[in-house]
Amino acid sequence: MNPRRLRLGFSVAAAGMLLAVVLPLSSEATAGLAARPVILAMTLSGAALFAAAALVGTPWAIGLGLAGALGGSGISLALLQDATIAGSAAKGFWFIVLATWLGAALCVMALAAVRPRGTQSRRALDIAVPLLFGAFVFYLWEVSVRGLGVPPVLMPSPSAAAARFATSLPILGADFVQTFIKGVLIGYAIGCGAGLAVAIVAQRVPFLGRGLLPLGNFFSALPLVGIAPIMVMWFGFDWPSKAAVVALVTFFPMLVNALAGLSAAGHMERDLMRSYGAGHRQSLTKLYLPAAMPFIFNALKINATLALIGAIVAEFFGTPTQGIGFRISTEAGRMAIDMVWAEIALAAIAGMAFYGLVALAERATTFWHPSYRA
Amino acid sequence: MTNSAAALPSWQPAALRRHPLVERYLPVAVIVAGLIVVWYVAAILMNLSLVRGAFEREETAYTIGDLISGTMSAERPLLPAPHQLLAAFLDSVFGYPPTAPRSLVFHSMVTLSATLFGFVLGALLGVGLALLIVHSRVLEKSLLPWIICSQMVPILALAPIFIVVLGAIGLQGLLPKSIISAYLCFFPITIGMVKGFTSPDPMQLELMRTWSATPRQVLWKLRWPAAVPYLFASLKVAITISLIGAIVAELPTGAEAGIGARLLAGSYYGQTVQIWSALLASAVMASGLIGLVGLAERGVATQMGTRP
Repeated sequence: MNPRRLRLGFSVAAAGMLLAVVLPLSSEATAGLAARPVILAMTLSGAALFAAAALVGTPWAIGLGLAGALGGSGISLALLQDATIAGSAAKGFWFIVLATWLGAALCVMALAAVRPRGTQSRRALDIAVPLLFGAFVFYLWEVSVRGLGVPPVLMPSPSAAAARFATSLPILGADFVQTFIKGVLIGYAIGCGAGLAVAIVAQRVPFLGRGLLPLGNFFSALPLVGIAPIMVMWFGFDWPSKAAVVALVTFFPMLVNALAGLSAAGHMERDLMRSYGAGHRQSLTKLYLPAAMPFIFNALKINATLALIGAIVAEFFGTPTQGIGFRISTEAGRMAIDMVWAEIALAAIAGMAFYGLVALAERATTFWHPSYRA
Repeated sequence: MTNSAAALPSWQPAALRRHPLVERYLPVAVIVAGLIVVWYVAAILMNLSLVRGAFEREETAYTIGDLISGTMSAERPLLPAPHQLLAAFLDSVFGYPPTAPRSLVFHSMVTLSATLFGFVLGALLGVGLALLIVHSRVLEKSLLPWIICSQMVPILALAPIFIVVLGAIGLQGLLPKSIISAYLCFFPITIGMVKGFTSPDPMQLELMRTWSATPRQVLWKLRWPAAVPYLFASLKVAITISLIGAIVAELPTGAEAGIGARLLAGSYYGQTVQIWSALLASAVMASGLIGLVGLAERGVATQMGTRP
């Protein structure tokens, strides 16, 4: 990051904050910043922080800029509490938001350019940068939805969705159990287990393996979620039909990856196993399966996302009166979009946690793999 | 899996057994034949009680042969027999003019147009993001983690929202579906292209530096050609995802035409044969699309002078 550009950027941000003091805050009649002493003081100190950031060098400028951006977001959120500003915000308000955004963007850019020496601080920075970036995306979403007065039917603010999430925890919990615990986990276990078992058999019988590999590749490229209405017809509205869809969707990626993984053991190692006189079971558990682990975990990770999608889509075709997919389609029909977003947040958290658990298990199991030793 | 010949029966002439076509396609053919037999048996078993119930309601005498032939041609079978499905598929493809709402060609075209449009959008977005990420450390650090996170969100859950929001702005029909397709399929392209653009090794990059190449020249003369294999590998993944996105986007939106609408209508009215033919049509489309990308890949490889 060019230090001169950083300076210029922070100076512009400070000037933007100051402009807000003179420009109108709202298109409706409302008190200006001069009539709100606390917020005026905060705005002035935010501008001062940005100006100070423009004067000092990089390591301090990041801290000062972040403090200024935090203050700016606090000011804009406090101003939105005023009913005469929310929905009809004008230039003054948007200058505060723009200055805050500019300051935060500069800080993120400067932070990303820092190359600390220690492993620990590098890891902390690798987490902090995307978190800051995400926090400001959410801030901009919140401020623009409320400042522009976007009807909540179209796009609720993140705070409204979060409030809805907090007040409807029992419903969300029931949906989570129905879709995730019953549908996804059971189907995932069946599909991945069956895929692995068939791959192990196919490795023993090469004729089967050579026939299954092209077929597996073909089937894993098909839009298999379309089978959902058939499964609902066969297994009924409750979770077994969802588990069946999930099992079918996850089976083929696991089959293809496990087949590739089981043939990944090198010739030297195979010869070694043979010279030890190892039986099939021994070479499977001691050589082939460990060598296949990176491939198997690759499939497990792919399947973690496929499984959740499969279960939600299957619920579009009929469910008992709970489940994430059911709730999304009914609440969208009733235009209760904040509830839909709460369900999406639930699905996102569940999906990320699931994926994270699989990734952790991968780390614990395949710690020897080159990609983790670096 | 190298000792493949030993798995075949030994009475075959050795030359025929080692013929590459036999080695390659015989196992596939045997397994497909086995699957079809399993399908027929399953169709008989699953439809049996249905047919028996029908006979008993009419109180007519029936033999085992009647029962089995009944399971092959039930009107709303639990599982249609393969030949029954194929007949229904061919009838709905060729039996109606391609503009009739009963024609599968009509519905396939609706879904296909959304798929292709979404695929183009997704490919542009994916390559553009990859370019940004490769050229900016800030974006690599701040954006890439979120792109990866975005894939752990079951994006299909967003489909109804997109439709509602875009519908309120006045966008209807093709575009919302394509946006969902694009949102689903940009990810493999971004990841693949980031890998592809960074695949030239440091020696090659340093060579470009000694020639004092501008970043643009490095991009066009080194990074792009190096990324082409990655591009096609990720395009093949993306195009099927795009098809899935287009089909699923038709489900919660109550679309009137398209493969997804066909699936939904079939499940409402219990028309199993209709569902299966729509599935078959989507399978045909998916393999056709992958084949097209493969053809393009071969064409580009020949143009670039790569030996096959």
